[in-house]
Amino acid sequence: MNQDVAPLPGSHYDGLSFEDRMATVEFRVAARPHITVDSDVCRSCTTKACVHACPAQLFVPTSDGGVLFNYEQCFECGTCYMVCNTEGALTWSYPEGGHGVVFRRS
Amino acid sequence: MAESADVVVAGAGPAGAAAALVAARAGLRVVLVERGPFPGSKNMYGGVIYPRVLDTLLPRWWEEVPVQRWVTRRATMVMTGTKALTVEFRGEDWDAPPYNGATAYRADFDSWLAGKAADAGAELVCSTTVTGLLRDGTGRVTGVRTDRPDGDIRASLVIAGDGVNSFLAKEAGLYEDWSVTHFTVGVKEVLALPREVLEDRFNLTGDEGLDIEILGGTQGIPGGGFLYTNLDTIAVGVVLSLAGLRDSGKRPEDIIAALKDHPAIAPLVRGGELKEYSAHTIPEGGMDGMPHLAADGMLVAGDAAHLCLASGIWLEGVNFAIGSGALAGETAIEAIGSGDTSAAALSGYRRRLENSFVLANHRKLRGAHKLILGKRAQTVYPELACGIAQRVFTVTDPQPKAGLRRWVHDERKRGGVRLRDIVKDGWVGWRTFG
Ligand SMILES: Cc1cc2nc3c(=O)[nH]c(=O)nc-3n(C[C@H](O)[C@H](O)[C@H](O)COP(=O)(O)OP(=O)(O)OC[C@H]3O[C@@H](n4cnc5c(N)ncnc54)[C@H](O)[C@@H]3O)c2cc1C
Ligand code: SF4
Ligand code: SF4
Repeated sequence: MNQDVAPLPGSHYDGLSFEDRMATVEFRVAARPHITVDSDVCRSCTTKACVHACPAQLFVPTSDGGVLFNYEQCFECGTCYMVCNTEGALTWSYPEGGHGVVFRRS
Repeated sequence: MAESADVVVAGAGPAGAAAALVAARAGLRVVLVERGPFPGSKNMYGGVIYPRVLDTLLPRWWEEVPVQRWVTRRATMVMTGTKALTVEFRGEDWDAPPYNGATAYRADFDSWLAGKAADAGAELVCSTTVTGLLRDGTGRVTGVRTDRPDGDIRASLVIAGDGVNSFLAKEAGLYEDWSVTHFTVGVKEVLALPREVLEDRFNLTGDEGLDIEILGGTQGIPGGGFLYTNLDTIAVGVVLSLAGLRDSGKRPEDIIAALKDHPAIAPLVRGGELKEYSAHTIPEGGMDGMPHLAADGMLVAGDAAHLCLASGIWLEGVNFAIGSGALAGETAIEAIGSGDTSAAALSGYRRRLENSFVLANHRKLRGAHKLILGKRAQTVYPELACGIAQRVFTVTDPQPKAGLRRWVHDERKRGGVRLRDIVKDGWVGWRTFG
């Protein structure tokens, strides 16, 4: 943690950005995405629950009403497919063996 | 990697490793397949292993298991936005073998347990994802497909220990009514503190540890919090109902942040440097969420079978995974010995689970998750308990103390808690936990 940065008022991260938070985790990124999102389907989604529920913040809403997804820093937890209630929006599987998240102290 | 085996186990978590250990010890040819680069690399949890289940499986396990601290004190904290009421218990004999609990990192613990299976003769294959089931014309499971080239493994029996998302149990059609309401997500931070600071702060001597379960610190989302002590880190996190999180619009890391800002928690985590952030889902539905446990040629154990016990003050999954995995291993020995691994021949698995702590606890605590995740247990009762405590401990001179009956009455009125509901919940709680 960067001790020089004073916590912003109302910020809980003691100066730690979300990027820094994710940088504490090791990811062995696979060449092929293990989760895919069909942004066309997402356009009709009224909840966009994945956007706030994904602990890794991997879903970003786009200006055209869809979502942009990046699989690289994924915990492989399953939250997104469990909170998504639109059929066909997500395909979800595990990364190929040896790839993806590596926890060491969890 | 072997092309065929008696038993192929998917997942080298506690369930899979225990199953492989028991089956391999009996001389069966066992392949234990793990998708992570090493066992435990994909796994996170709160942080305490409850080890009674190891006593028979690995006698004197405590001499070698890689732990952080032996849990000698367990606390439950009930909190509101600003208040907190803590009950803490120091156990007798918890600081000596056979111990009651230990904090450990899963990378260490799961690797150790899977190593025991390998020592017993199981072939441990890491960095390999099971991508599906092999089946014959009748639908019977005959092995697994993996993502290695020529990666099929044929086996008389497949044991699915592939965790909460179990694609294998789903593929085999064992989950009849899957529902998001049976799941929670846990997010946690591991924060480093110098060992002396940590020990002073938590009043710990040597390798003793403290765990704190928290009720009411999750911003109205059904769930709970936890704080566990490791050697030179603390694990702090929250467990959130997925449906609640979905509907809340809140972010998981903000809920942890709010918990860390609570006046009762902030001094405990102050100065901790984030070492690892993590997330994982938990099957919390108990009996209500459980799939069928056997198919032709296949058994399911641990989180894959929804066998994790989550009911408020108890969050025990590793021991339930080891217990069920070991019983799956025993069932494998019997079924393969008799040359019949049909679902009917595997029905002894369920009987074994019923006769063990695994399903006995689930049967007893059926419904506990509904009670604990209900609105009254989550927000109303913490307010009530903390409100009463505030009155009991506040000195009101020159007014005389009003007395407990008055305080309870006033707090009940203030929180709009109906006596009828307290009696009803008390009765349900007593029947569930009593
Ligand atoms: C936040 C949180 C806190 C918890 N706190 C506690 C606690 O303090 N104490 C406790 O006892 N329990 C706790 N639990 C529960 C506990 O972690 C689980 O119940 C336990 O890990 C279940 O063990 P398992 O072997 O069934 O599954 P897992 O531990 O999930 O292991 C499954 C294994 O299978 C592998 N796998 C999955 N799919 C495949 C595939 N297709 N191919 C190959 N390998 C695969 C995974 O990589 C993993 O290693 C907690 C859980 C969470 C999320
Ligand atoms: S992934 Fe699901 S929840 Fe997220 S925007 Fe698309 S449809 Fe909605
Ligand atoms: S699996 Fe978990 S971490 Fe990965 S994208 Fe889905 S919600 Fe986010």
